[in-house]
Amino acid sequence: MSRGPALRAWLAAWARHLRAGDLLVLALAVGVCIASALGLWQGGRPDKAVIRAGGKVFLEVDLSAPRIVEVPGPLGRTRIEIQPGRARVAADPGPRQYCVRQGWLATAGAVAICAPNQVSLALAGRNADYDSLSY
Amino acid sequence: MTPSATEIELRPTADDHRIARHAAAAIVLTVAEAAIPLPLPGVKPGLANIVTLVVLARWGWREAAWVALLRVIVGSLVLGQFLAPGFFLSLAGGLASLVALGVSMHLPRRVFGPVSHSVLAAFAHFAGQLVVARIWLVPHDGVFYLVPVFALAATVFGLVNGLVAARLLEARGG
Repeated sequence: MSRGPALRAWLAAWARHLRAGDLLVLALAVGVCIASALGLWQGGRPDKAVIRAGGKVFLEVDLSAPRIVEVPGPLGRTRIEIQPGRARVAADPGPRQYCVRQGWLATAGAVAICAPNQVSLALAGRNADYDSLSY
Repeated sequence: MTPSATEIELRPTADDHRIARHAAAAIVLTVAEAAIPLPLPGVKPGLANIVTLVVLARWGWREAAWVALLRVIVGSLVLGQFLAPGFFLSLAGGLASLVALGVSMHLPRRVFGPVSHSVLAAFAHFAGQLVVARIWLVPHDGVFYLVPVFALAATVFGLVNGLVAARLLEARGG
């Protein structure tokens, strides 16, 4: 508690060197920090899932409500699960299950490909972190 | 010994001595700062810029430019970074911040003090480095992902360096 006044005096000694324009410049600088963080660090959020079967777009789903989509392919049906902000391949008849084991996709540009059944699930957003991913 | 015709005699003026003294102080700060471990390459306090700010306020832009560029070159020689990528980043940052200082020093003195000069120079410094990094070292927009971190560092260190410079100027009656 006794440190309070000393600390305040110390801060005041430094603050004395701040002029009105300096505060304006500092406010602008903080504004640039916040604006750049919001603008650059929120681009990865996906807003829709694109499901392809046999190379053609099968369905485009909004990532706002939970939903389950069954996609037919040459081996059987691939089940895709949609939840707000993310999507995954829940089940696939393929032998190695790579696309299922990828789990939840949650960034724009992420792709899960079930090659044997010719089904792919891709997330798209306004600003994707990357154009595409290949495995 | 009789001086030969090819011998050139250099007579350093008082200005030269002053520039050398200030540059030496800035180089010491650069070397000392290199010993501080930092989480991210490129994020540094830039304590040497305190010297540049003081020289700018007391002796003008030309002398500040001398001190800043001597510091970049000699600092990199001392640290073994001369002509390495880090040297060109420092040089680009130094040149960009000198331009920012040259512009901001003409802002009304009563309203804009060393803190304004310092923050604006710090932003120009990281912008200059980022442009060189984007064009040459990391030719991918991914480098811009770090802009918020650099902007925050420029704000904080710009403020601190500016305040220290303001206080030094006051102490020396500048």
